[in-house]
Parts: sequence; C-alpha cells; structure tokens
Amino acid sequence: MRRILAILLENEPGSLSRIVGLFSQRAFNIESLTVAPTDDQSLSRITITTSGDDRVLEQIIKQVNKLIDVIKVTDLTERSHVERELLLVKLLAMNDKSRTEVKRITDIFRGAIIDIGKQVYTVQITGDADKLDAFISAVANETEIVEVVRSGTVGIARGEKALRV
Amino acid sequence: MTTELYTGAEMVVKALAALKVKYIFGYPGGSVLDIYDAIFNQDKVEHILVRHEQAATHMADGYTRATGEVGVVLATSGPGATNCVTGIATAYMDSIPMVVLAGQVATSLIGDDAFQETDIVGCSRPIVKHSFSCRKLEDIPNIISKAFYLANSGRPGPVVVELPKDMLIPQNKGEFHIDTEIKLRSYNPSVKGHPKQIKKAVKTIKSAERLVVYTGGGIVLANASEQLTELVERLNAPCTNTLMGLGGISGVHPNFIGMLGMHGSLEANKAMANADVILALGARFDDRVTNNVSKFCPNATIIHVDIDPTSISKTINAHIPIVGLVDTVIEQLMAELSDSDYQQNEQALESWWQQIEEWRNQKSISYKADGDKIKPQQVIESMYEITKGEAYVCSDVGQHQMFAAQYYPFAKPRQWINSGGLGTMGFGLPAAMGVKVAFPDSHVICVTGDGSIQMNIQELSTCLQYNLPVVIVSLNNRSLGMVRQWQDMIYGGRHSSSYMESLPDFIKLAESYGHVGIQINHVSELEEKMTEAFSIRNRLVFVDVLVDETEHVYPMQVRHGAVDDMWIRKGEKA
Ligand SMILES: Cc1ncc(C[n+]2csc(CCOP(=O)(O)OP(=O)(O)O)c2C)c(N)n1
Ligand SMILES: [Mg+2]
Repeated sequence: MRRILAILLENEPGSLSRIVGLFSQRAFNIESLTVAPTDDQSLSRITITTSGDDRVLEQIIKQVNKLIDVIKVTDLTERSHVERELLLVKLLAMNDKSRTEVKRITDIFRGAIIDIGKQVYTVQITGDADKLDAFISAVANETEIVEVVRSGTVGIARGEKALRV
Repeated sequence: MTTELYTGAEMVVKALAALKVKYIFGYPGGSVLDIYDAIFNQDKVEHILVRHEQAATHMADGYTRATGEVGVVLATSGPGATNCVTGIATAYMDSIPMVVLAGQVATSLIGDDAFQETDIVGCSRPIVKHSFSCRKLEDIPNIISKAFYLANSGRPGPVVVELPKDMLIPQNKGEFHIDTEIKLRSYNPSVKGHPKQIKKAVKTIKSAERLVVYTGGGIVLANASEQLTELVERLNAPCTNTLMGLGGISGVHPNFIGMLGMHGSLEANKAMANADVILALGARFDDRVTNNVSKFCPNATIIHVDIDPTSISKTINAHIPIVGLVDTVIEQLMAELSDSDYQQNEQALESWWQQIEEWRNQKSISYKADGDKIKPQQVIESMYEITKGEAYVCSDVGQHQMFAAQYYPFAKPRQWINSGGLGTMGFGLPAAMGVKVAFPDSHVICVTGDGSIQMNIQELSTCLQYNLPVVIVSLNNRSLGMVRQWQDMIYGGRHSSSYMESLPDFIKLAESYGHVGIQINHVSELEEKMTEAFSIRNRLVFVDVLVDETEHVYPMQVRHGAVDDMWIRKGEKA
C-alpha cells in the first residue's frame, strides 16, 4: 500500500543522508522524497512516499523514529490529508493544432503555461500524483513530451492536526 | 581576568577527563598528532597504543563489556579510521557503547581527495548509533559529551566523532565549556514500560501453563541480572539465555535450562517450542535463535520487553510489546505480580518441569571422550575447573566459541565476552586485553582458534608493552573448524579452503613476542599443563592445544527447521 510519511528532523548536515541511507540499508522502498527547511530554520521537513504492508510500514516508522536527528514522524495516509505534487513539463508545440490542444488540456487540468519557446511550451500542473499521471498521458496523445520534472509529493493533515515541535 | 584559551586538541583530552575517561585505545597519525601531543602533556587519561586500529576498537569494546563504562578509541584519518570499521560494526551489532574519535583532513581540504581523506562519517553511517563532524572548535567538548550520552543511553551503541585537523592545531584556540548533563529535543529513550501493557503481561503470565523466560544481551547491558533472577525464582519458571545473554542468570541456577538457538541445549529449544507463553527480556529474536521464523513457536503468546521499539515485531510478531529499560520493566512486573495476588498453577508448573527434566536428561550438551585425542570440550571443562568458573572468558569466533558457551557456565553477567551479532574473528584477543586493563587481578582468558587468533595476533606486542598477562587458550584444530563443519554437513565433506596448511609454531611465536608458550598434545597432559598455564600470573601464556579436528559442535538446529528441530549428535535427530 502507498503511504506518505511526514518527517520533522533537525536541519543538520548529514541528517538527510541518514534517512536515505536507512531506506536503502533496510531495503525499504522510496517512491519520492522531498525536503526543505520549515518556518523554523533549525528544522527540516521531509516527505517520503513509500509502500509496503502494515508490518513493513511499522518497521519503517520505528526505524525512522530511532534516528537521533528525527523529532517526529507521521503517516499522513492514516488520516484525512491533502497531498500535492508539482509537475513541470516541456512539450513540443510546433503548429496551431498542437498549441491549441496543449492549451485546452492544460486548462482542463487547471494548469498554466509558464514559458514558451520557438517550438515548445512549458506547462505547470499541481495536484495529486494521479492527476499528474493523467495529464501526462493526455498530452502525450497530442504532442511529444520533451522533458518532465516532478517535485514528489508533499502533504499535510486536514483540520487542526499539525506536525510541529 | 582573562579566560583561558585551549586548542581543539586540548579540548578533546580535557573533555574526556571531564567525562571521567581513564583509557583511550588508539594509534597515531598525521591528522591527530595534536591530540597525541595534548595526551602527552597530561596524566588524567592514559593512552594505550595498539598495533592495529581494529584491535583498538575491540579492546575498548572488551573494556566496556566487562565494566559497563564507555570505551574510547582514537584513530587517524583515512586508513586509521577505516581500520576501525569492523570494530564499530561489532559493537553496533551487540549494542555496545563506544566513542570513536577519528581524525579528518582540514575542512578546507575535505572533498578534494586529500592525503588520507576518507569520509568516515559516511563509511560508518549504517553501523553507528549516531555520528558528529566538528566544524567549530568551541563545539568539541559538547559534541564529545553528547557522543557519550548517546552511546550509553537508550539502546547503547557506537558513536563516531570526526575531528578535522584545523579544529585541532595550536594556531586556533577557544574557550572550553562542557555540559555533562545533555538533553536533546529529538532523543527521549523510554524508561518505564506502559502500565497497561504491564498489567496485560502479568495477566498472561498468570494464565500460562508452560512459561519460558527467554533473555538476551539486554539483561547484561542493563545490569538487570539480579532482577531477572528474582523474577525467575518468583515464577519458578525455566529461563534460557541467548549467546549474548549468558551470565544474565547464573549458569548453574536450577531454573537455567541452557543457551537456546543454533547450538543451544535441547531442553532450551524444546521448552521454547512447547511454551504457551514466552517472556522475552532484552532479546531480539535473532535468526540464530529462531531458526525458520515461519515455524517459530506458533502456539505461544509472546511478551516482548525491549528498550528499542524496532526490535519488537521485527522478525517475530509480539502479542504484548513493552518498550522500556529491562531492569525497570522487571521491577514493574514484580510489583504487579505482588499487587494482583498471583497464584501459581502448581500442577501445570510441576508437569512442565517434569517435561523439561525429560529433555534435560537426554544430555544434549555432551561429548564422547577419547583416550588419545583431546576433545575441545574437555579443554573448556578443564579451564572451568581451574578458574572455578570465575574467569572472564573472551572468545573469538568459530567452534571454540560455541564450546566455550556450552561448557563454561557463567555465574555472573559480563564474564562472557564475545562477538555475537557480527561474529567477528579477531575479536577475542584484543577484547581480553581490554578486560585485563580493567581487571588486572582477575583471570582473563582468550578462547580462540588457529584461524581467529591470526586475525589480531600482532597485539601480542601490545600485551608485552602494557603488561597484560591474559591466558590465550587456542583450540588448535588445524582448520577453520566451523567452516569445515558446515562443509561436512552441507557440502558433502568438500573442505574448500578450510584448512590452514601453513600454521606457524605458536609457541615460538609467543616466545618471540616475549611471552610464554605451552603446547598440549595429549589428553594425559591436559590437566597438568593447563594448571601450569593458569599458575603463571605475571606473564602472558599462549596455550596451544592440539584438539581433535574432526569434532563437530552439537546439538545443532536443522537448517530451515523449527526452533527445536535439532541434530543431537552426528547423524542423530532429537
Ligand atoms: C572476520 C571473519 N571472517 C570470516 C568468518 C567466517 N568464519 C566463521 S567461523 C570461521 C572459522 C574459524 O576458525 P578458527 O578460529 O580456527 O575456529 P574453529 O572453528 O576452528 O574453532 C570462519 C572462517 C568470520 N566469522 N569472521
Ligand atoms: Mg580452528
């Protein structure tokens, strides 16, 4: 089962490598990983999308918690939450037909064309991972994809619940 | 008044002294020469110069296992630091607190592949509890203090501190400040078990008809052996120890049913397999205990007490997990037993013990003496007799290790010192030296084999320099016996590279290092020569015992079987 873990940890040199090392050392899976400092510069927040059965997930959470730098870990997928991912994609837009189609599909997905070149459009889409997958397969039918970059999922719990120190 | 300023190197030594460190085990090199200079200029902390950095880590480790005090290692950058890796991993696998101070090239050179630069923090990342790299010299004292705190609290383990050369040189100085009480917001190890879980556990224990107490190294690490013994006596339960847990309860205690696992006793493994409740205390259901996990005690309710939540339900699902310090949790269990007017089911207990006695009577830990060839088991028995069971026994890895575990009942915790988790050949001699540093007046034995001893034999030189008269008892079977045993049992007797065809003359070797060498060839001279060896108290004695090379370690779990599927003797299943 796919899970999204939110990890709050000390913003220290080496702390990211401990997380990544732990996942590879114990053969846990990482689908995506994002990291950035929080409003409190002494803390980083990592979001990891992973998968595994309940037993594996329990081990992952315990093992992550055991790292000295880690302050809190939660499984966002356990409760209702919001998740988002950012996609930037460069598409061939050489003629009117493909330009119109790209524009039309981007509108449907509530995305934006954020840059244009002589022969390409760059489109930005946000949403959950499924939506980004759907966009990519929709535009791929109309034109050629030149380059794709995805931010990996970030997430936050719904309501009052907050992951803070 | 001006405050005194110190170099980083001075701060390192001052911090160690503030933390009451008596010994550093190490080896010098370019990046740490400033620290060596600082050591030279004081007399609070004594440095012991080994002959290989791996030995420094094992020596510190042995010192720690015997005393409970954090061992300290000092090594230079690059090869010095990488030589520590095996020792760090050994300590990590057995949860031994250790602080390794490793030199590093100057911060301005890091990343340039400078001379003797290796990323030791990176190399050791999967085998440390935590690591630090100093970037400001004023941070050195508190980084070292944090390293000690982390190493020795919660589930203990090794901590690496990397010290770049520019943090240590005389040109840079700063104020010295150290906090000996450390608090970290991200680290709060549990102490007490959850009261609800304690209640549940006691309820389950009360309902048990066939209870087994299964304990591991956690009992030794937490100094919980008195509490354990009290609990076992209160419940009149059978108690088995893992290889790491030997001595947790006295090896001659009537409730002790022997070591369990791969080379455990029949009664221990049978009791586990037939238990309805297993109370696991500071043990981690290692694969050398469980055998095939899918066949492991399917009918038992498992209560698992451990300081480390990741140990619980990692390999075997625990029905009642309790996270906490094992001594504290045992006290909680005892209190709850008293509160809840605990009544034993006498009848069930009696028939359970009857059953266990039947298994015991099969005498699975036994061997057939030979009129001629010395059996390795005999050597251990003789060692036990002569030292009245009171010696520190430090083992290497192989058949000799298992014979020592089986035939030397340990009365007390910390008496048995071996590399259980990693199984590091070469551990025994330096570990014994570390113990001897701590307890110069006790008998300290290194039980080893012709293979293992050669993995750190250079330390015979350190023994002479620091007058560490350990007794080395080498069960010399002219082969990598444990490998050979597997080849006999699994690989059709094809002894691929398990012979040692060019063994040195160990007697001459010991003598050339300035020690005493004694060879024992024949059963008839075993007792006399062993007695002689142990009567020499002021010199290291190397006892080279030529034992029967065909002997196998029994009993032995059948591969992929249940915990109690065992070979009792050659070709005979239980
Ligand atoms: C560093 C290391 N290398 C290899 C092994 C694998 N190994 C386990 S036991 C053993 C043989 C040990 O031989 P010896 O020390 O003579 O002991 P014996 O089994 O003969 O008593 C080997 C090679 C190991 N445990 N450690
Ligand atoms: Mg051998």
